[in-house]
Amino acid sequence: MKLRLTLSALALGLTSLAAQAQTEIQWWHSMTAVNGEWVNDLAKNFNASQKDYKVVPVFKGSYDESMTAAVAAFRAGNAPHILQVFEVGTATMMASKGVVVPVGKVMQDAGFKFDPSAYVPAVAGYYTAPNGQMLSFPFNSSTTVFYYNKDAFKAAGIDASAPPTTWPEVALAAAKLKASGHKCPLTIAWQGWTQLESFSTWHNTELATQGNGMRGTNARLVANSPLHVRHIENLGNMAKQGLFVYKGRMNVPEASFVSGECAMITTSSGFYGNVAKNAKFAYGLSTLPYYPDVAGAPQNTVIGGASLWVMSGKKPAEYKGVATFFNYLSNAEVQSASHKRTGYLPITMAAFKLTEQSGFYKQNPGTDTAVNQMIRKTTEKSRGIRLGNYVQIRTIEDEELEQVWAGKKTAKEALDSIIKRGNELLERFEKANKG
Amino acid sequence: MAAEKRIVFRSSWLPWVLIAPQVVIISVFFFWPAGQALLQSFQQSDPFGTSVEWVGLENFVNLWRDDTYLASFGTTATFSALVAGLGISISLVLAYFADRVVRGSTFYRTLMIWPYAVAPAVAGVVWLFLFSPSIGVVSYALNQWGFEWNALLNSRHAMALVVMAAVWKQLSYNFLFFLAGLQSIPKSLIEAAAIDGAGPWRRFWTIQFPLLSPTSFFLLVINVVYAFFDTFGIVDAATKGGPGKDTAILVYKVYFDGFKALDLGSSAAQSVVLMVIVVALTVVQFRFVEKKVNY
Repeated sequence: MKLRLTLSALALGLTSLAAQAQTEIQWWHSMTAVNGEWVNDLAKNFNASQKDYKVVPVFKGSYDESMTAAVAAFRAGNAPHILQVFEVGTATMMASKGVVVPVGKVMQDAGFKFDPSAYVPAVAGYYTAPNGQMLSFPFNSSTTVFYYNKDAFKAAGIDASAPPTTWPEVALAAAKLKASGHKCPLTIAWQGWTQLESFSTWHNTELATQGNGMRGTNARLVANSPLHVRHIENLGNMAKQGLFVYKGRMNVPEASFVSGECAMITTSSGFYGNVAKNAKFAYGLSTLPYYPDVAGAPQNTVIGGASLWVMSGKKPAEYKGVATFFNYLSNAEVQSASHKRTGYLPITMAAFKLTEQSGFYKQNPGTDTAVNQMIRKTTEKSRGIRLGNYVQIRTIEDEELEQVWAGKKTAKEALDSIIKRGNELLERFEKANKG
Repeated sequence: MAAEKRIVFRSSWLPWVLIAPQVVIISVFFFWPAGQALLQSFQQSDPFGTSVEWVGLENFVNLWRDDTYLASFGTTATFSALVAGLGISISLVLAYFADRVVRGSTFYRTLMIWPYAVAPAVAGVVWLFLFSPSIGVVSYALNQWGFEWNALLNSRHAMALVVMAAVWKQLSYNFLFFLAGLQSIPKSLIEAAAIDGAGPWRRFWTIQFPLLSPTSFFLLVINVVYAFFDTFGIVDAATKGGPGKDTAILVYKVYFDGFKALDLGSSAAQSVVLMVIVVALTVVQFRFVEKKVNY
């Protein structure tokens, strides 16, 4: 008994010693609710897996708020080690010289084998500079998918096992839902992202020139093609008929799907965790709808979500800790567990295969939708969308699309206006980042 | 009116020492940031400030060319007029009645002062919850009565929503000043008028209202400044400037471009424009409206 006590006291002493020698890694993120718990668990498990480093996750508000906080912290000289930045901020982070250290370099300096080809191409490609250097670590990558309420489908007499895959089919299903008394057949979250950006790559059509800005900052918006006009016009008509009900910007409409008010929604694959936990009805996931008569469609949907950036000006030991943490996150089992838990994409091919082998996709039909939409071979028009002043462009998309849903502008007028206003911002970004 | 009282200091340094604290506060919290804004309005830089370029008047020219920016002047004028007008008149009515209440007046007054302790963003969220098309209690009731409330797509509804929230938030402040103003009016004046046969309505318009004019004028200036500067939190929480740009008042765009989009040059230029407008408005108020004020 005495011996055991001494031993445990010794062990206690040892752990506290180890705790003192630990290097702390600050990690600022924007994950809330179920995804926030996930981030905390990742840090906890990593900290338990080794003794040298301690990752401290700090919630810093929504994506734009944490970025603003990081800007202020960087200017004051106390930025975090790791910052989670949404895909919309990618061009800004890339253009800010000397603010970040490329992830490829961090990994190599720490002596980790870092093979960009191990990552899902559409994911890794998005965060890679034109010179092939991987700049940030893909963390919670998502894409646009389609969720539907199976119970509502059954009540409306629609086959719930065969969800609509094309826009004409969606309109048809919406009409049936409405006829059965449903007040909100379809709603749309992240309207600019799902209905313009991802819509474009899904149909292998450019949203902006220069490969949607992937090749340089001299990109200009071209989202008023006949295809874009046709789609927005369709949605406008559906809004008029009460088939599509507008529920707000960003992810606000998601609540109306979980509550059962809306029967169909296009939104992020990262919405899965929320639906799985909170929906009190049978639900299904399916691919983003498309127009079957468009050549090359469906291609691949566009990436969203966020990646982890390593800030500059830290000590070598701390960078080593960051690299060790990223190495842990790249582990196929950790990846696969995260993917199953959140609906975010597995970022390595190995993690995808592991998930497939575990039979998860078979047990949870539809969960592989996002992956299947993303792992196709991308084209120059579909690799990704990377625009400067993207936050403002997203808002312009919101503002102009709302005018269409309200019946104040035609689809063509709104899209023309998006292009005119957006291109002014792109010109300014190009000019500001010439040097 | 009584002759103006003037105090002459014999010491040459004492007056400076006495106003020093105020000067320091104004310098730190106004002149320094205002100077920074002015400086930044002539620059374009990336968010992290690693590359800064002097661009002269370009930020201003860009604003001038932006139709939606020019349109938001109209939106701001409507919004500010509604907020200041409704805020002042409603609180005057409430203060008048609270002043007449005999029993439980502390209770009513406390209730009236409460909203002032609420942060603007919280006020926005509270009103959003009441009026949200999906989950709002009030919007549900409105729809039951056959009124199709949709602040997400109907700009009038959206404007009504932000105005209500902004007015409600400022009501207590106005109320306090009006109540204090009403209580400082000598009772003898009102009693004398009552004996002469003037009813409550007449007494209010011929005695109390004119005597309140310094308070009303002060509140007019304060409320206009409030509507112009302090309401972005409400707009952000309730409508995000939508639908379209129909509730995007000038200060909301300053906030959005600066803090969300990290476009500091343009945001600084906008705040300079806003500052000029408010200074001009205040000068106008002091020159023309103040003439009608009896001290």
